[in-house]
Amino acid sequence: MANFETVEVKSDLLILGGGFSACGAATEASYWAKKKGLKVVLVDKAALDRSGAVAMGLSAINQYVGIRDGENTVEDYVKYVRQDLMGISREDLVYNIARHVDSTVHLFEKWGLKIWKDEKGKYVHEGRWQLMINGESYKILIAEAAKNALAEAGGEIYERVFIVDPLMDGDRCVGAVGFSTRENKFYVFKAKAVIAGMGGAVHVFRPRSVGEGFGRSWYPPFNSGSSAYFTIKAGAEMTCQEVRFIPVRFKDAYGPVGAWFLLFKSAAVSAVAGNYMQVRVGELQNWAPYGLAKPIPANLRNYLGMLDVDAGYGPLYMETDKAIQDIAAQYKDDPKAFKKKMKELESEAWEDFLDMTISQAILWAAQNVKPEEKHSEIAACEPYFIGSHSGASGAWVSGPEDLPTPYKWGYANMTTVPGLFAIGDGSGASSHKFSSGSHTEGRIAGKAAIKYIVDKGQEPKVDAAEVEKLKAKILLPLDLWEKHSKETTDPEINTNYIVPRQFLHRLQKLMDEYAGGVVSAFKTSKALCERGLELMDFLREDAAKMGARDLHELMRAWENNQRMYQADAHIRSILFREETRWPGYYFRADTPKMDDKNWKCFVNCQLDPKTGKWNMMKKDIWTLPGA
Amino acid sequence: MPSYVMVEKCDGCKGQDKTACMYICPNDLMVLDKERMKAYNRDPQMCWECMCCVKICPQQAMDVRGYADFIPLGASATPLRGSEDIMWTVKFRDGSIKRFKFPTRTTPEGSAKPDGGYQTHDDLNSAALATEPESLGLSAVPTVK
Repeated sequence: MANFETVEVKSDLLILGGGFSACGAATEASYWAKKKGLKVVLVDKAALDRSGAVAMGLSAINQYVGIRDGENTVEDYVKYVRQDLMGISREDLVYNIARHVDSTVHLFEKWGLKIWKDEKGKYVHEGRWQLMINGESYKILIAEAAKNALAEAGGEIYERVFIVDPLMDGDRCVGAVGFSTRENKFYVFKAKAVIAGMGGAVHVFRPRSVGEGFGRSWYPPFNSGSSAYFTIKAGAEMTCQEVRFIPVRFKDAYGPVGAWFLLFKSAAVSAVAGNYMQVRVGELQNWAPYGLAKPIPANLRNYLGMLDVDAGYGPLYMETDKAIQDIAAQYKDDPKAFKKKMKELESEAWEDFLDMTISQAILWAAQNVKPEEKHSEIAACEPYFIGSHSGASGAWVSGPEDLPTPYKWGYANMTTVPGLFAIGDGSGASSHKFSSGSHTEGRIAGKAAIKYIVDKGQEPKVDAAEVEKLKAKILLPLDLWEKHSKETTDPEINTNYIVPRQFLHRLQKLMDEYAGGVVSAFKTSKALCERGLELMDFLREDAAKMGARDLHELMRAWENNQRMYQADAHIRSILFREETRWPGYYFRADTPKMDDKNWKCFVNCQLDPKTGKWNMMKKDIWTLPGA
Repeated sequence: MPSYVMVEKCDGCKGQDKTACMYICPNDLMVLDKERMKAYNRDPQMCWECMCCVKICPQQAMDVRGYADFIPLGASATPLRGSEDIMWTVKFRDGSIKRFKFPTRTTPEGSAKPDGGYQTHDDLNSAALATEPESLGLSAVPTVK
């Protein structure tokens, strides 16, 4: 085995991940930990200032309820999420996040986030729930508060440590193991409670661009399914593993469309058939009641555009030129005011890209795009796995204690594994939490985990032989490389291992072709899923034969393992749910209709750690009283 | 090659054990070639073009050249990030230029106070988070009756 020093780190609470939800957990947990004399440790695979999905920045806060000003109620938000997810959401979790999220946003403002305000001092809304921000340094600010909170409470941060597996004491989760991506060190973190906030999964499906633009996913390519893998391996029940997310964005660079839809009131059309939301309005009947209510769910809006693409009516365009002409018409008698308005809107449109998808600004500049003169192409991205936006995949977690939900087992956001909490893109069926709601969910779990430790915390008992086994397993890719790489003139082609990049291509090919990726026009079926699972069996065996030449590739090898577990849970869940409910995310061609009678329920799954078998199950929907 | 390093300008962060770009890259892509004392992107295909490296480079030795498989040549978006705002110069393929300046924060760097100055409490068993209900602007945390 490669010669790695084993470093043991003990704490009371271990927070895994460094994005918005993990920073929320660190900020809140540190407050309570200091009061109770407990120690918090946070582990990030990157640098906290710029890690996670908001590394680049953001141009809007997408969840703000506005309770104090009477703009909306918490129940309004629950209804909005129910509608968008075609009836499938954990309303207790959505309620819990929504009732706390405004306080998170108010804290962000105090920390230094520039939230736009009108002349009366009220937040400027982009949409009903969306606030406009100058968010280039959004992540830096949130990380700063988390660092300051940890420092005040005597906590510690470990950066550039990549977490792989959970550490178990019987059925309890009592820590995690991983390795440094900078030096030959194997880390063993022991704790009384663990919070998994390591993000969602990208690159499970083949991206649209496969050359240099391979890394240009809408969600970041460094979110590799670490949360899903970690919770699955701990034996936690998972939910909504079929509910992938596909956003429609400006084509190829995946720049945001929100400002164009919401601020400019721009329409999307197909080149041949025009405004597909109007032309195909009849199709929405097939997805009642959700297709007939407003706002029309994201997946159905996707679907109507996909129907035009399938019919050969593409490309799809955002009618930026027409939107600007409409604005000009409003100012036809006042050219000076029009010029001022246009300058304002131009700056907003470019900031939307520069704050969060710089590639889109480069693409427009490279194509000499003048949005007032010509429309721009939009397209559906490849599928992603996130517990936020209009996706829903993640761990099945306990609801808030004070709500009459059937789904609570004592501590908010604890998974079905005692001592293991999940947040952000790692927790499922609580969609539309975005940046602010993910941070909020982290805060909720941070407090709940400290309460768990105070009530039930025990010194972790970990089998040293088990740790050695994990170490050997995790470092194996280095050993395979060391042992065999000199046997061939090109070390990338070897019969004893495959390099992580080729493994990734194989996983993506499988998912793309059998599980409804871009190349299959997002369509799959029972037969395709079953064949996909047969191929997955070979892939799983070969996962133990990835070779890594250095620490960076060792991380890539384990990231790919994590993606593979997410992929496996995804195919099984699509296969189990014998209907099509989110046609704009995936279409099961053999069960093409929504079947409320049999399938208005959650699909949950669990990988039994003892038998290695997947258990698939249905769980009832609980509806919030008064919503 | 999405993010790239200009040979003339990169000084390898003067021989420290890690460069600024290595420190910040969320995807662990930047590496220092210690023989040349120059940094490079080891795997451009995994680059998100987030420009965290470009923004942090003390020598302004980094930039991004758009993904070659779909972005035509000749354009750039170059940031200059200060302690309270960021300036962008967007250069078009046809040579035209647009400049933008956006604020990045309203407070001094490092000053974020975790409780935001809101009143905190001691009740670990309540639904109220540390700064609530004051930070909500309400008298109590909403619940279902």
